[in-house]
Amino acid sequence: MNKLMIEHADIDTELIPILDQVSDPEIPVLTILDMGVVRYAKLVDNEVMIKLTPTYSGCPAMDVISDDVKAAFEKAGYKVSIDLVLTPAWTTDWISEEGRDALEKYGIAPPLEADADKDALLGNKRIVKCTNCGSQNTKLVSQFGSTACKALFQCEDCQEPFDYFKCLK
Amino acid sequence: MNNNLYKYILGIADNSLILGQRMGELTGHGPSLETDIACTNISLDLFGQVRSYYQYAAKIAGDGRTEDDIAMLRKEREYVNVLLVEQPNTDFAHTMARQFLFDVYHLLFLQELEKSKDLNLSAIAKKSIKEVSYHQRFSSDWIKRLGDGTEESHQKMQDAIDDLWTYTDELFHQTEADKAMVKEGIGVDVTKLKDNYYQIVNSVLEESTLSIPKSKYFQKGGKQGIHTEHLGYLLSDLQYMQRTYPNMEW
Repeated sequence: MNKLMIEHADIDTELIPILDQVSDPEIPVLTILDMGVVRYAKLVDNEVMIKLTPTYSGCPAMDVISDDVKAAFEKAGYKVSIDLVLTPAWTTDWISEEGRDALEKYGIAPPLEADADKDALLGNKRIVKCTNCGSQNTKLVSQFGSTACKALFQCEDCQEPFDYFKCLK
Repeated sequence: MNNNLYKYILGIADNSLILGQRMGELTGHGPSLETDIACTNISLDLFGQVRSYYQYAAKIAGDGRTEDDIAMLRKEREYVNVLLVEQPNTDFAHTMARQFLFDVYHLLFLQELEKSKDLNLSAIAKKSIKEVSYHQRFSSDWIKRLGDGTEESHQKMQDAIDDLWTYTDELFHQTEADKAMVKEGIGVDVTKLKDNYYQIVNSVLEESTLSIPKSKYFQKGGKQGIHTEHLGYLLSDLQYMQRTYPNMEW
């Protein structure tokens, strides 16, 4: 799974199946590995050391994720200690390809590249693809959506409102 | 304990805590559902950032107090936020003007704090910059929409800018803790942000067809704990649960 992970985080392969059981409580289709919030996971003398990073500073899901990770490892018979790290700061680049596909199927448009994202969020260009009908004839409704990481868009063709995952670099 | 560093962190964190509380007051009271959500998202970002600051402050204090104790259980005179952020949500124009006048400062400040020798502060700054850029984009947008909108929206925004202008100069006053931290390469020299600040603010005001206030009379005191009458009411809301049910957790 998830080859991208290896590039930006330091994770023992044997721990991946357990980490992969934990998903983001607000976007359940996305595992925390797909999300890129696991920065470090190592097994040292039967104790698992984990470092997690928040997507946004105020993300209320972090505490739940932390508890879920702890529970998953304890169930598998490990001792576990979890640290929250802020640097390097999380970026949407760390969302895996699988994660981007899962987001789109779930009805959340995945983040565009930084320049395109700016154009979309300033309403300069219509480039965010509707997750319902695929049309790019969509408009920004609000720069802030149902959670800190999303903006609210609406499709002008099928009229469906949908979330767009904001680019964070 | 490094007293100057502790005070310095509170100086940063209190601004965001109090502004976050003000924006949080709009939960369920925003002018439209989308704006309501936007304001409370900004509030959430700010509260997220202050948690990191207060956790760090608690570690430095090392006297058993937690982040919650520091945030919730100080007296009014012990809060060192600038007067600007405690001003009430008079109307939506005031709410956005206050946000804008703070956002411009906040982003300039964080861009300098990112270079701090203190790795904790630098990390929090790096994280926060990404969020605060969005805030500034949002608030600038509203200054333009209302300033360059109808006659009435223009007037309301002009009134808001005129009212709040008097609180802007304090942003650039140095405290003793500031000076000590600048010397150690940890703190930001806020006096150096001033020119850039007014340049950015003025250009947005001009684009919004608003006039730049000419008054040279400025209020100060927040950084020394001397506040306007509004802070006490805000704190009584903010602290209610902790004062009424001490040590409660959720």
